[in-house]
Formats: sequence, C-alpha cells, structure tokens
Amino acid sequence: MVWEDHILSDNTKKMTIIVTKGTLDWAYPPFILGTTAAAMGAEVTMFFTFYGLGLLKKELDLKVSPLGNAAMEMPMAGGHMKMPNLVGMLPGVTNMASGMMKGMIKKKGVASIPELRELAIEADIRIVACQMTIDLFEYDTKDMIDGIELGGAATYMEAAFDADINLYI
Amino acid sequence: MADVTLDAKGLNCPLPILKAKKALKDVPAGGTLEILSTDPGSVADFESFCKTTGHELLETGEDGGAYRFLIKKN
Repeated sequence: MVWEDHILSDNTKKMTIIVTKGTLDWAYPPFILGTTAAAMGAEVTMFFTFYGLGLLKKELDLKVSPLGNAAMEMPMAGGHMKMPNLVGMLPGVTNMASGMMKGMIKKKGVASIPELRELAIEADIRIVACQMTIDLFEYDTKDMIDGIELGGAATYMEAAFDADINLYI
Repeated sequence: MADVTLDAKGLNCPLPILKAKKALKDVPAGGTLEILSTDPGSVADFESFCKTTGHELLETGEDGGAYRFLIKKN
C-alpha cells in the first residue's frame, strides 16, 4: 500500500464497501470511509455496482436532486429550505440544487468527489467494477478511470468473507 | 519544534486525517507531526486515528481559533 509504512500482516484490518449510488450526496460516504480506513491502515476493497458505477467514469458531473428527497434541506437566509416535489420536478431544479451543493462543498472546505477518488487510488484501494452492471447498462470501461478491476458477486464475496467490516452504501 | 508541520486549516472531514497520514511519511520514526486544523470534528478524529494506528497523540490544544495536535510517529 502506498500509504502504508507497516507491512501487511494477519492483523491488518480489512474493509469492503459496496457502492450502489452515484449521486453527488451519496458518493461521499463510501469515498470518505474508504480513504479514511486506508489512512488508518486498513486494506480496502470498493465494489461499484448499479448507479455507483458512474462514479468510476473519467469525467464526473455529479448531481443531487431534491425530488423524492424528503429530508434534503439547504441552508438559506439563516434558516433551512426544503423543496416540495412539485418544485423539485421542474426543469433546471436539479442543476440548481447541484450547483448550490457544490458551492457549499467548496466554501466549507469539503473535499470534492474527484479529489477523494484520487486519494482512494493513491491509497491503493482495490476498486472493482461490477461486470454484470457494465453489460446491463452498456458501459464502456474505456470511459472509466485506469486501475479498476472487473469482477462479479463471487469476487466481492471472497473479499467480504475475509474482511472485518462490510458496508453496503 | 515538530519535525513536520501540516496546515490543514479550512479543510473539512476527512481531509485533515488523510493529509496527516500522508504527512507522517515525511516524519522520521520517533519524530513528531504538528497539525493545525479548524475542523471541530478533528479533535475526536485525531484521537481515534492515533488509537487505531499506534501513533501517539502528545498534545491537543486550541490556539488562536485553530486546533493544534502534536503526534509522535511510532
């Protein structure tokens, strides 16, 4: 491991994360926990499937939608604003909400997803893309970042059986 | 004087931890890393980080609106 200065041993903690969501908000938990676990000395496997696969594209343009997102509220004018679904469905609202969130992310010193993904690669996190979902959605691995591995359920399970922590996000 | 100082002010979770991990590479064994942070969450996080990784958290303090941590690399 690039970040690891001690030798991997039987005591090395292992973690796997199944990444199923590809929106701007839900991209955070897997990358934050994956990179932090690696920084704390763990060997990490991230398995990207279904909508999580989009997070492996070279070009990322992530969005967050207020539609059907009942708990989402944005700080505004000293309070918090929720958006009714009737407004959330209007053209442009997803882009507006995504722009707002990206602005907040920058202002608050929160890492961007491309930045966290870069750190994940640097930390030698094992990145596995689900072959079945790639076929299903007709993705081309040429559009995805380098250094990813292709695998299926058994590939994931082998890592999961051997891990201390398995997360599904 | 710490061997290496990391200015992580203005950065939010998990960046102070990730940058500290990287900065530790430049610290000789037994040496110290000083971290400056404005993230209130980093107080609990550096404690957990050190407990898990075996590095020693020598000092935690607040100075001029920023938190200051001193870690001994083990």
